[in-house]
Amino acid sequence: MTYKIVASQCTGCSACEPECPNQAISEKNGTFIIDPAKCTECIGYFDEPQCVAVCPVDDTCVLDAAYPRYSA
Amino acid sequence: MEHQVISLSSISTPKNGVNLEDIMQQKAEHQGCGTQGGSGKASCGSSAGQGDLAPEIWEKVKNHPCYSEEAHHHYARMHVAVAPACNIQCNYCNRKYDCANESRPGVVSEKLTPEQAAKKVLAVASTIPQMTVLGIAGPGDPLANPEKTFKTFELISKTAPDIKLCLSTNGLALPDHVDTIASYNVDHVTITINMVDPDVGAEIYPWIYFRNKRYKGREAARILTERQLQGLEMLTERGILCKVNSVMIPGINDGHLVEVNRAVKSRGAFLHNIMPLISAPEHGTVFGLNGQRGPSAQELKALQDSCEGEMNMMRHCRQCRADAVGLLGEDRSAEFTTEAVMAMDVQYDMETRKSYQALVEQEREATAAARKAEMETLAGGEYSDVKILIAVATKGSGRINEHFGHASEFQIYEASSSGAKFVGHRRVDLYCQGGFGDEEALETVVIRAINDCTAVFVAKIGGCPRGALEAAGIDPVDRFAYEYIEQSVIAYFREYLDLVRNGTVTHGQRGDAQIRQGAYTAA
Repeated sequence: MTYKIVASQCTGCSACEPECPNQAISEKNGTFIIDPAKCTECIGYFDEPQCVAVCPVDDTCVLDAAYPRYSA
Repeated sequence: MEHQVISLSSISTPKNGVNLEDIMQQKAEHQGCGTQGGSGKASCGSSAGQGDLAPEIWEKVKNHPCYSEEAHHHYARMHVAVAPACNIQCNYCNRKYDCANESRPGVVSEKLTPEQAAKKVLAVASTIPQMTVLGIAGPGDPLANPEKTFKTFELISKTAPDIKLCLSTNGLALPDHVDTIASYNVDHVTITINMVDPDVGAEIYPWIYFRNKRYKGREAARILTERQLQGLEMLTERGILCKVNSVMIPGINDGHLVEVNRAVKSRGAFLHNIMPLISAPEHGTVFGLNGQRGPSAQELKALQDSCEGEMNMMRHCRQCRADAVGLLGEDRSAEFTTEAVMAMDVQYDMETRKSYQALVEQEREATAAARKAEMETLAGGEYSDVKILIAVATKGSGRINEHFGHASEFQIYEASSSGAKFVGHRRVDLYCQGGFGDEEALETVVIRAINDCTAVFVAKIGGCPRGALEAAGIDPVDRFAYEYIEQSVIAYFREYLDLVRNGTVTHGQRGDAQIRQGAYTAA
């Protein structure tokens, strides 16, 4: 799977953008989005997904069930 | 009381065989303020003029409204909201909440790029020539957005080199950036330190994000306090002035802040700013939603007074927005929206600013001279234990120049044998809208906000509020209209003492007062 950002919850604070090890996060219309083709769920980089760890609003960076789990 | 600019030698008379002057001298020395010979020079720090501050320190603070109480009547600051990201979560902050009519930290109307911010600074500096300080205070944490923060400093230091740069941080990332801060000549840094005990911190911070990991509870607070204190030490080693902000949260850290005060003083902090918790359910913060109350005006003052023996206390903080513009008591940010700024043809003229600031200095010197002259009239009198609070309606420049009904805040002065001392301010919603006073607002907002005051000084006041104030035991005073505040406070106090001595007035302690908690909506 990949992580996605719930746009209605995103404050647009940009905290996640520089933390992503895959540069998968970018701004779109004032909030942020994750490119599912680039997201690796931080596997191989960190113990926890960085966007989830830094996001100030709970349950805003969530796994996107539309995609299979990431495997390296 | 050691924060007065006036010389104590002229007013202290022996009381119970103890010389007040000696006590003040000892107290000043205890505070590490130095006395540089000359008897009676016990004044120290932020609230008045130069006092005994070392010349290089005075040079740094004299035009900085957040570091000098006296300067805040005359000089303005602005914040640019270039730093939206944060690396910690605080229970008094909700990053989802954002409103143009809210005035408190962490709130902004629009975020800026460093380039937009640089243009805005020039636009404001040209429009408000007494704007001397540019701060970055969020709405997140400046050091969680180091590239944006330092790019902004770089641009401004090139185009407006006369503007002082400062930043306000939670301290978590501070040790990593101290050298960069020093390299940009940022000479004022504020760190928000609410605890030095992780058990207390766990009640305030649910989590921190540090070195690619989210830490929670006690461990989060332990890392945070270590980083804050390390950062503070590193800054003071480099001669950068540090102010420490602390949010007073009754039942959680109110008693503990005395310990925080000692910890930051011993690490070289210059000024301590204890602020009341702002929490209302509509803010959507953890504290707002769980009913955590803020302190009353007298609870806050008592804590500030108890820490004052240790170091300089700031009492004029307005807990402003991360995009505030103007004098501390006003907010002109609405005049400088990005759209408006980008459309402005800005001519940055340092000479115009300089000559305007020279006029400000003249006004400032006149204020100080008037206060000194009035103090001399107290000199002959006996020492008295009587202290009263006086609320003042002012637009700035150190004068009583605001109509009672137009005041969005009152400045609070404590009058005693030692003179006039600024001890705080009370924000009130504008009660007089379009010339019609709202009776209910007068009773519920204004009188509650200044209920601990003996008098209120105004430029003008209508008959109806006058009656309501008198009924509440507050003396409405308009005979000092447009006069200097401190001079008038001392004159009133002298008259008050005479009335107490001849029995016309019975002096008694007044009650407590409320600190604004709800949303503030400026007109």
